[in-house]
Amino acid sequence: MSALKTLLYVFVYPGLVFMFVYSTFCEWFDRKVYARLQNRMGPTHTGRWGLLQPVADFFKLMAKEDIVPEKADKTMFTLLPIFGLAVVATAMLLLPVWHFNPAAGGFNSFSGDIIVLLYLLSLPTIIFFLAAWSSTNVFSTVGGTRVLTMFFGYEVPLFLAVLSPALLAGSWRLAEIARFFQAKPVLLLVNLPGFIVAVICVQAKLERTPFDIPHAETEIVGGTFTEFSGKKLAFFRLMTDVEMVVSSGLLATVFLGGFPGGLVLGFLQFIVKTLFVIFLLSLLRAATSRIRVDQVVSFAWGYLAPLAVVQLFFVILLKGFVL
Amino acid sequence: MKFQIPIGPQHPALKEPISLRMTVEGEVIRDADLRLGYNHRGIEKLAEERTYLQNIYLTERICGICSHSHTTCFVQGVEALLEVVAPRRGQFLRYLVAELERVHSHLLWLGVAGHEAGFDSFFMYTWRDREVVMDILEMISGNRVHYAINTLGGVRRDIDEALRTKILDSLGILRARTDYYFKLGANEPSFVGRLAGVGRLSKEDALALCAVGPTARASGVAHDVRRDDPYGIYGEIPFEVCTADSCDVLGRTVVRIKELGQSYNIIEYLLRNLPDGPVAVKAPRRAKPGEVVSRDEAPRGENIHYIKANGSDKPERLKVRAPTLANYAATLARLKNGFIADIPLIFAAIDPCICCAERTVELIDGRSGRPTVVRWSDLRRRAARRAGRVSKKRNVECPL
Repeated sequence: MSALKTLLYVFVYPGLVFMFVYSTFCEWFDRKVYARLQNRMGPTHTGRWGLLQPVADFFKLMAKEDIVPEKADKTMFTLLPIFGLAVVATAMLLLPVWHFNPAAGGFNSFSGDIIVLLYLLSLPTIIFFLAAWSSTNVFSTVGGTRVLTMFFGYEVPLFLAVLSPALLAGSWRLAEIARFFQAKPVLLLVNLPGFIVAVICVQAKLERTPFDIPHAETEIVGGTFTEFSGKKLAFFRLMTDVEMVVSSGLLATVFLGGFPGGLVLGFLQFIVKTLFVIFLLSLLRAATSRIRVDQVVSFAWGYLAPLAVVQLFFVILLKGFVL
Repeated sequence: MKFQIPIGPQHPALKEPISLRMTVEGEVIRDADLRLGYNHRGIEKLAEERTYLQNIYLTERICGICSHSHTTCFVQGVEALLEVVAPRRGQFLRYLVAELERVHSHLLWLGVAGHEAGFDSFFMYTWRDREVVMDILEMISGNRVHYAINTLGGVRRDIDEALRTKILDSLGILRARTDYYFKLGANEPSFVGRLAGVGRLSKEDALALCAVGPTARASGVAHDVRRDDPYGIYGEIPFEVCTADSCDVLGRTVVRIKELGQSYNIIEYLLRNLPDGPVAVKAPRRAKPGEVVSRDEAPRGENIHYIKANGSDKPERLKVRAPTLANYAATLARLKNGFIADIPLIFAAIDPCICCAERTVELIDGRSGRPTVVRWSDLRRRAARRAGRVSKKRNVECPL
C-alpha cells in the first residue's frame, strides 16, 4: 500500500503527470493574463480558449530538428536540459500538498526541507549559466554572465524573505510552517513585506520582465538559449514553467498559509493560491520595462535586501517579546 | 576580455538589415563600427529612367513609414522646376497628410522604443492607438502605407465635410491617449531608469555631428525646417518647435511626445481653415534645364532631395539625403562606453530607417580590404556562372 502511495505521489500527484499538466496550464494562464493586460487576445486557437497551446508548443518543439553547435561541449549541452528538468521535478515533490503521515514526515517532508527546496531552486540558475557557457555563442556567453550577475543580486534577499516566516513558525519544515500559519492566520500579515520581496525575487529567478535580462531579445538575441533548439529547448521551457509552479507553490506555503483540508480541498487551495502568485507575477511582467543588469544588483542590494533584513528583524523582535 | 558582438545584419533589435559591430569588454562597449549597404535598391539610378510623374511613386517607395515626406520633398522640387504652384486647398491637404504621417510615425516610434526597452505593454498600447491615425489616412487616401496622394501641382484626392468632422473627432481620442503616454513615459520607474542618462549627446556634439530632427532637438538644438525655412503653407501655421535639454534617450522620447501635441494642433488648424477651390492644377510634362534643392521636415528630421533637370520629361539626377543618414555619426559617437543593454535604445532613438539611407554601396574586396568596382556585365556573368554551378550540383532547372 505504501509503495502504491509513493508511486502515485511520484508519478501522478504532485509528480510527473500533474507537473506537466499544471505547469503548461500555468503557462497558458500567464500568457492569457499578460495578453489581456496588453489588450490582446492571447492564445485562442488550440483547444478551448487556447488551453492546449503550451502543450502544442511543447510537442512541436520535441519534433523539431535538434542542432548541436560544432564547438559546443556536447555532453554538457545535451545533459543540462534533462538535468534541469529533473532538478525542478524533484523540487516539486517537496511541496507539502499531501503526506503519508503529516506528523512523522517522510522522504517528501522532513526538517530542513525548506533549505533543500531553496537549494533545488538555485540550481536552475547554475544550469542556465553552464548551458550558456557550453554553447560557446557570443550572445549566450553574455547571457550566461548576466545570469550569474543577477543571481548575486536576488538570491540573498529571497533567502532572507523566505526564512523569516520559518523563523516565526520556529520550524525548518514546510508542512509545519504551513500548519503554524493555519492555526494563527493573523500572523500572515506580519510577513507582507517579505512576501513582496519574495515575489520580486521569484520574478528575477524566473527571468521574466523586468528581469528578462539574460535573454533580452533586442540586445542579445536568445541570450542563454540562443543555440538551443528542438527537444533541448522544449525541456528548458518546460523547466521554466515547472520552476514557476514550484516557486509560486513555495511562496503560497510560507506566505499564504499552505494547502490544508485534505486531498480535494487542499488541491483546490493549491490551485487558487499558486494562480494568485502567478497572477501577481504576470501583473509585474506587464507593468514594467526591462532594466539593466547593474540596475538589478543595485536595486536588489539597495531596496530588497534591506527590506528583507528589516522584516527578519521585526520577526525576531515579535517572537522575542510578544509570542 | 575584449570580444566582438555582431548586431546585425540580422538581429531581433533591427527591423532592417544593417551591421553594427561592437567591441565589448564585459558589458561595456569599447568601440563601435557601422556597415551599410545591405538594403541598396538603386532607386536614384531608377529615377533617371522614369518621368517626373512616375518618379513620385518611386520616391514613395524609398520608405514605408515616411513615404509621404519623400514624395512631398520630391514634388516640391519638381513643382519649382516646372514653375507650377499647387492651389491652396491642395497644399492644405498635402500638409494635412504630412502631419498625420508624423503622428503615425511618432506613435510607431514610441512603441518601438517600448519594445527595445522590454516594455511590451507600452508597445501594444501605442500601436493600438496608432490604428486611429492609420484609419484616418486610409479614409483620406485609400491606403495605409503608401498614400499616393501627392501629384505634380497638388493632390489627387479631396476630402468631404463628413470626413473633416470625423478627423476632428478622432483628434480628441489621440490627444487623451498622448497625454497618458506622456504621464507613463515620464513616470514609470523601470522605463525612466532605462532611458534617463542613456546615449548622451551634448548640444555642441549635436551641431558638430550634424544631427537632425528629434535627435538634435532633444539636445537643445531648436532646428526645424518647417520653421527655419518654411515650405508650402507652414509660414502661416502657428506651432512651436519642441526641444528638451536632457540630451538623452528620455529627452528624445519627450520631444516626440510633445511633437505629437503640436501635430494635433496643426491638423486642427488645417482642418478648421481649409479653403475652398480645386485640389490640383495641370502641370507640364517637361521641365526646363535647371536644378533644385528641396527640403522638408520628415518625422525623423530634415529630408533633402536634389533634382537636376535637362529639359526632358525625366530628371537627369535625383539625389536623396534621408534624415537617418545624417544621424548615423551622432549614433556611433554615443554608443561608445555605453552598455550592451543600451545598444538597441540608442540606435532606435534616432528612429533609424535603413532603407531610406541606403543610397550608395561600396564594394570592398574581402581579402585585400580595398574598394573595387564591379560592372553590370560582370555581375551578370557572375550570376550566370553561379547559376550554372548550382544547377549542375542540384540537378534542377535554374531560372537564371
